[in-house]
Amino acid sequence: MTAEQGVFLFISFVILFSAYAMVTRSNLVHAALFLVVTLFGVAVVFVLLDAGFLAVVQVLVYIGAIAILMIFAVMLTQDNAAKEQESLNTNYGWALLLSALFAFALIVMLGQWQDAGAIAPALGAERDTVVELGAALVSPAGYVIPFEVASVLLLAALIGALVVARPQKKGM
Amino acid sequence: MIPLSWYLYLSAGLFGLGLYAVLARKNAIAILMGVELMLNAVNINIVAFWRYLTPQNMSGQAFAVMVFAVAAAEVAVGLALVISVYRRRKTVDASEINLMKW
Repeated sequence: MTAEQGVFLFISFVILFSAYAMVTRSNLVHAALFLVVTLFGVAVVFVLLDAGFLAVVQVLVYIGAIAILMIFAVMLTQDNAAKEQESLNTNYGWALLLSALFAFALIVMLGQWQDAGAIAPALGAERDTVVELGAALVSPAGYVIPFEVASVLLLAALIGALVVARPQKKGM
Repeated sequence: MIPLSWYLYLSAGLFGLGLYAVLARKNAIAILMGVELMLNAVNINIVAFWRYLTPQNMSGQAFAVMVFAVAAAEVAVGLALVISVYRRRKTVDASEINLMKW
């Protein structure tokens, strides 16, 4: 077993353990902190996959923005979550069955796939994937239209979030 | 060297956990956290396939960037909805937000 494999096994254990803890904790602040650990583990997986830019974006966007926003929302809606309450709904047995079946089916299908043991081809020492990604995102032959649509989507989400979360006037 | 299948097994497990959180948790914010787990599992899959099968063009990483953007938009609107619901009904319990349930 190489050092790379050791790092991968360790980090995937961390990811799955903290995701499990996030799913099962009834205290939402603890769940959000375990979510941060999971997201950080996914950033390490991106580093192992030679996608350094995505790892940085993962830390900035997911941990820096999304997880903090989650913690804000937990704090803003906390006062009845503070008292002890059941965190699972009445259908959790079916939910457990369905999600376990889904993950099991994926794993069985992967086990039957012939190319699943593929090893990563060499990336080439002279390639700079960050430069290539930037060029692909803004070149007309690449992904400039999805890129612009994503920016419009983010603007729409920004305005929509402001409108939805704004306090209502009396009588509305 | 790490085989491709290890990444896919990891992401299958992560997706299953996220699906369980979405289906079983009562709190709406916990449900959104489950959606985040599933989006992360998808991103691991996308980037792993990019690295192992088509590293010569950048389509995999470009799609992963799009998933980031969609996740950010989803969380912003979702949490705004949760806060709005909390302000009106004093609860974020998804099983009590049943006005449109027949």
